[in-house]
Amino acid sequence: MKNNLFISAIVFILGITVVSVVWSDDDEYRTEYGRQSTGVAAVSNPEYQDECGACHMAYPPGLLSSGSWQKMMSDLENHFGDNAELDAKTYKTINHYLQSNSAEKSDYRRSKGFASTAKSGDYPIRITETAYFKREHNEVPARMVTGNKEVNSFSNCNACHRKAEQGSFREQDIIIPGFGSWDD
Amino acid sequence: MKKFSLLMIALGCFSSQITLAATPAVTELMSEYATQSANSPDAQRGQTLWTKKFKGDARFPERSCASCHTANLKQKGKHVKTQKTIEPMAPSVGSKRLTSTREIKKWFKRNCKWTLGRECTAAEKADLLTYIQQQ
Repeated sequence: MKNNLFISAIVFILGITVVSVVWSDDDEYRTEYGRQSTGVAAVSNPEYQDECGACHMAYPPGLLSSGSWQKMMSDLENHFGDNAELDAKTYKTINHYLQSNSAEKSDYRRSKGFASTAKSGDYPIRITETAYFKREHNEVPARMVTGNKEVNSFSNCNACHRKAEQGSFREQDIIIPGFGSWDD
Repeated sequence: MKKFSLLMIALGCFSSQITLAATPAVTELMSEYATQSANSPDAQRGQTLWTKKFKGDARFPERSCASCHTANLKQKGKHVKTQKTIEPMAPSVGSKRLTSTREIKKWFKRNCKWTLGRECTAAEKADLLTYIQQQ
């Protein structure tokens, strides 16, 4: 009898833990369901990760439209002032990856946001200059980002969005260095 | 005594051989540069070039290899613009350094263009490789 009680207690505790883990990680959970996802698709191409991620966070392709990626990829010799030339083979692989996973081709919620707020014919190559990005960050004071040595720039997503590289930009994952969590 | 000195010289050669051991990638590139008349690579010249300052633009007016990689190749560096950490260049610290001709060529091309405003010559690349591989 005592033994049974002990076993049920363990099952109960395990049950609580498992359920709360599953429920708390809804970004990953919802990934399975595409449209309901709260984030963007995480980077899934190793060449893109290596080549572009060498100098900066490898931005998930669902953060820009295919027109923007195309524009950016057409001038890698002057990539925001740096030289980011690729050999022909790598270029082709990365370009194809970006084109087939751009914002308007993704079912993820935030990619849909980027795609739906983009003005037609306007292809900013900076994610920070897209309408959706501006709308989402318009309440963030400059002192927390550009004036914050640990963040430095709005381009430095993962300084505050701690799960940016996994494609999650949920408010609850934001910790601004020196300021703490963000609540708008 | 003579025997002892000979032994020491032999040992000395042997140990410097170890520290200067080139990776297959470096050997391949060095012979490529040699065909472009870079026949006497020099680590000292490589080091001087590493910290030599070149003229840039308004945002980064002074540029050198050390701008991002620092002057101590055994230390981590930091991309001047994105602030992303760069692993140490020294093969003695990062075993993956200088192991791929593709990587070496890619970074020489990109980084010489940013730093010097032009591609590096074969002689400059040979000097730099000689310097880096000793670190």
